[in-house]
Amino acid sequence: MAKKIKSAIIGPGNIGTDLLFKLQRSPLLEVAYVVGVKESPGIEIARKFGIPTTIKGIDEMLAVDEIKIVFDATGAIPHLQHAPKLKAAGKIAIDLTPAAVGPYVVPSVNLDESIFALDNVNLVTCAGQATTPIVYAINRVAEVYYAEVVSSVSSKSAGPGTRQNLDEFIETTTKALQTIGGADSAKTIIVLNPAEPPILMRNTIHTRVRKPDLAAIRASIDDIIKKLRIYVPGYRFLVEPILQDDVVTTVIEVEGLGDFLPKYAGNLDIINAAAVFIGEQFAQRILEGRR
Amino acid sequence: MSRISITDTSLRDGSHSVSHQYTSSDVEKVVAALDDAGIDIIEVTHGDGLGGSSLTYGYSVENELDLVSTAVKVAKKAKIAVLLVPGIGTLELLKEAHKRGASVVRVATHITEADVSEEYIKAAKQMGMFVVGFLMMAHMADIDKLVEQARIMESYGADVIYATDSAGALLPDDVYARVAALKNALRVPVGHHAHDNLGCAIANSLAAAKAGATYLDGSLGGMGAGAGNAGTEMLVAALKKSGYEIGADLFKTMDAAEKVLLPLVVEKGKQMPLHDSNSLIMGYAGVYSSFMLHARKAAERFGIDVRNVLIEVGKRKAVGGQEDWIIQVAYDLAKATGKAI
Repeated sequence: MAKKIKSAIIGPGNIGTDLLFKLQRSPLLEVAYVVGVKESPGIEIARKFGIPTTIKGIDEMLAVDEIKIVFDATGAIPHLQHAPKLKAAGKIAIDLTPAAVGPYVVPSVNLDESIFALDNVNLVTCAGQATTPIVYAINRVAEVYYAEVVSSVSSKSAGPGTRQNLDEFIETTTKALQTIGGADSAKTIIVLNPAEPPILMRNTIHTRVRKPDLAAIRASIDDIIKKLRIYVPGYRFLVEPILQDDVVTTVIEVEGLGDFLPKYAGNLDIINAAAVFIGEQFAQRILEGRR
Repeated sequence: MSRISITDTSLRDGSHSVSHQYTSSDVEKVVAALDDAGIDIIEVTHGDGLGGSSLTYGYSVENELDLVSTAVKVAKKAKIAVLLVPGIGTLELLKEAHKRGASVVRVATHITEADVSEEYIKAAKQMGMFVVGFLMMAHMADIDKLVEQARIMESYGADVIYATDSAGALLPDDVYARVAALKNALRVPVGHHAHDNLGCAIANSLAAAKAGATYLDGSLGGMGAGAGNAGTEMLVAALKKSGYEIGADLFKTMDAAEKVLLPLVVEKGKQMPLHDSNSLIMGYAGVYSSFMLHARKAAERFGIDVRNVLIEVGKRKAVGGQEDWIIQVAYDLAKATGKAI
């Protein structure tokens, strides 16, 4: 078996446990530690996989030198405490919380070489991962002066972390639509829908553009979606881009892989898929001695 | 009989009827008339609440926060309320509305999603605001669920809990049972917000009062989303006649509707909501009333029957705030019938 880079997961909740399943498939990354603060189904699953676990926080894991990459799936406040310790221990932090210690990274848009010189990168939000690539694609050919996204997710896939911090979620996504998407101004709306069976994650993306050339916009979006599908195969149009005056509208659905979380939780899947993709790129560079 | 507080929402839910085209001068006139008539609370915001002005819900002609400032300046006795739907409105907007003098906030969530209101209710309480927990689409869950969710909002500090019939889908007996269950389970007062899609808004408000609700909503002339709300002047008349104690003067409320609000609507080239087959379908199928104008627009864009759009949106179980689903439904229906898009 080819050599793998050792990694750790902090926070084995819904997201962290799904991440664990995804990383079990990785040809480049191995999960060498799962860190929690209490007994949980996620910790139990990690034990069953034979992975070292702890429920006493990150200190034991920090001492394991071979662990190079750490995925933090806790919350913004814990990550703010973890970040300096991870840095001091010489570990690369891939941050799935809204803490944004490091810059926002959306793999299909801005995962260039400069990112790999960093030791902390942030995954924005699930809505940010799903919608900023489209806004970016439209902006580069049509100049987006306003972007508005409505993200609907199933109630079941929105955990307490999201529910107690909807405001932070909106703020972070809006910021990313501007800094990553390139919109001059932006608005984010999020709706939780309790329908049974649960709905797939669904994003309506409106942009107002200065150069409403639908053919160029379409080509640009198709190009970005090709890149996105490498790590999120269930990313697809519900409504292909349509134009009215200067408003381009498209609707995207995200179906998850159904690893630990069911397929409807495309919102959680897309942020995890992005995290794994970024982690593997780091791992590749470490293996090749480029980092 | 108990004292009932009336909240007039002509300048919020009614804002749907004028496509959010209210100006400061409109607000000045309407608030002055409602305040003089003795209405307790006057709600002023975009129809979809703070931050509603958007491509998705329609743009306000004037910044809603400026409208709030105007309302606060004009009102002598009435409290000024804003609506906040978590997911649409933000804490920043709430703080700004409070700074402008809004003293009441109605925090609205879907009937099953009360826990998203926590940070907003707590923040509003910290600012010293009077908080109404507004459980929308009350027809979409059973009574046990309603009670459970109401208790969640109460635990965050809400001062009143509403069973909100956003789709105008409830009948008087349904409303009575829901309000009675809430009265029984909660320490805080209970309210009801009606829509007239099935022609039951006043009857439902009376059923709510009978079951113990002490907060009721109306709008002048019954303007509002779908077939509109309970007409405030009708509500005042019906409550008076039933013997409830209320602060509002009947003639002055009637005048506010007929002499102040109606001419404004006419002047804008808009019309009061109609009881037509579209609003009836909404009540019958349980579709969020604010979808009406958006469904009409989308049906027109794609050349299909608006009733089919409404029924399909209902089937897909869209909740409040999911106006964005309408365009996809219309697109899908048009595509299925082979229309060019």
